[in-house]
Amino acid sequence: MSDGAAVTLRGATLRFGHHAVWENLDLDVTPGECLAILGPNGSGKTTLLQVLLGLLPLTAGAVSIDGHPPRRGSPAVGYVPQQHAFDRDLPVRGRDLVQFGLDGHRRGLPRTRSRQVDAAVAAVGATAYAGAPIGQLSGGEQQRLRIAQALVGEPRLLLCDEPLLSLDPSSQQEVVSLINQYRQTRGATVVFVTHELNPVVRVVDRVLYVASGRWAAGSTEDVMTTETLSALYGAHIDVIRVHDRLVVVGGEGPGGIGTHHFDAEPADARLDHDHHHPHGGPHRR
Amino acid sequence: MSIGFFLQQPFAQHALLAATLVAITSGLIGPFVVTRGMAFAVHGTAELAFTGAAAGLLIANNPVAGALIGSLVVAALIATLGARQRERDSAIGAILAFGMGIGILLLGYYRGFATAATNILFGNIFGVSGSQLLVLVVIGAVVVAVMGTWYRPLLFASVDPEVAAARGVPVRGLGLVFLLVLALTVTGAAQVVGTLLVLSLAITPAAAAQRLSANPRRVAALSILFAVIAADGGLLASFEASNVKASVFITSISFGIYLLARLVGPAVREQHHHDHGHDHHPSPTAGPHPG
Repeated sequence: MSDGAAVTLRGATLRFGHHAVWENLDLDVTPGECLAILGPNGSGKTTLLQVLLGLLPLTAGAVSIDGHPPRRGSPAVGYVPQQHAFDRDLPVRGRDLVQFGLDGHRRGLPRTRSRQVDAAVAAVGATAYAGAPIGQLSGGEQQRLRIAQALVGEPRLLLCDEPLLSLDPSSQQEVVSLINQYRQTRGATVVFVTHELNPVVRVVDRVLYVASGRWAAGSTEDVMTTETLSALYGAHIDVIRVHDRLVVVGGEGPGGIGTHHFDAEPADARLDHDHHHPHGGPHRR
Repeated sequence: MSIGFFLQQPFAQHALLAATLVAITSGLIGPFVVTRGMAFAVHGTAELAFTGAAAGLLIANNPVAGALIGSLVVAALIATLGARQRERDSAIGAILAFGMGIGILLLGYYRGFATAATNILFGNIFGVSGSQLLVLVVIGAVVVAVMGTWYRPLLFASVDPEVAAARGVPVRGLGLVFLLVLALTVTGAAQVVGTLLVLSLAITPAAAAQRLSANPRRVAALSILFAVIAADGGLLASFEASNVKASVFITSISFGIYLLARLVGPAVREQHHHDHGHDHHPSPTAGPHPG
């Protein structure tokens, strides 16, 4: 294990039965680095996060965070999940969700006021709506509170699992800015699981691409190439630059070139219409 | 006879004590039942408490012990058969229907008081003996102690299971603990309102409370308050009209509170928010093009 790495993976292998999700993964994430984990659905991006969260053991190999094995609920690790809908009348307010990030795992009755929570809520600009029921907030507002929830404990490592999914482009940019701001002021390490590289490409230092049980790691320029991705998938993949955006196009699959394939994911494209207008455009939810 | 007269009587005092205790535990677990989508699990557990009570009545002339065992067995069955909600609900439906059938069979063999069966279904707190009352007190104390200890992590796990697991909350273990607490509470509530009407104390007050606030502490307090008002109010009303079962008044009061909460809820619950609607929020950290 190399000294001082925030996250270290050595020969890390995960199998479910005979199916190898990924094998012999070697990676060092240095403190303060921002890593994007990319790959198609089912390539094991989220399972890798679960390993880092201490929720899932490796089949083989070793993993360490700050030199120690991952531990469930470690205060040094923050976690931002996918945005998902809450029930409209869930008896929980935005600030309660943030409070959970601080002490939700401790026994006792819920606390309702805390200066740390106020500060975390203010830091993400959510003070105005933190008192509203969480189920009545928009996806972007919920994700801001999610970030406050993950950051309120001041983690050194922040793990984000598709934090931008189903957000409109301007909310995506806000979320990325908030996370990057925290990284820069605290020197924290950030790992993004995403299948859309473009919204995070400006803050990402390195990319880990997993596909078909294989992986490649390096700078965006090194990994996001026709050669590297074609080798990973074992099929021809085109990586095209359109202005400052990367477009990954699979050999087969529906949809026309340059219309829907902006994701860092080839083949059967998700049809996400709004995102072609990176600068604003209609963002109705 | 007046309420004042009844309140002098030990049996009425016992009944009020039992009703209050049951209401507190029901009101306490109610918000979790609603949040975790477990209304049908409560109903299923109560129906099977009926089967247990019928068996207890037949075998040992002790419906309370029977109901307790019955609902604990159901909690264990629900835990093993249905992890996901949809799977859980169909499993509960299957168990419930079978169990009710067994209960009716058992009652067919019972040759005691004819009212015993209706007491199980619709409750009769006055029929609870001193020793059974003691059982209820112990059940109530256990429920309050467990909930008081695990309230926060259980709420976290109920609202936000994914992040709760990541933060080290034993989400699955707490789910099992909650099933047990639920079984205990249902057993208690069944003595007051009957197995068929348990939902009026375990769901309705919490549903009403949720209409009025989104603050978890306030919701818990309101849920308990509404359950106590319904249970004690219903009991007192039945002193005045002794030909009507207390459960009729309890369910009516409970439902009345719920209707009222639905009516005034939108105004009360929204008063704390600003008028953010669905507009975009400009903010200091917003991206280059804030809407």
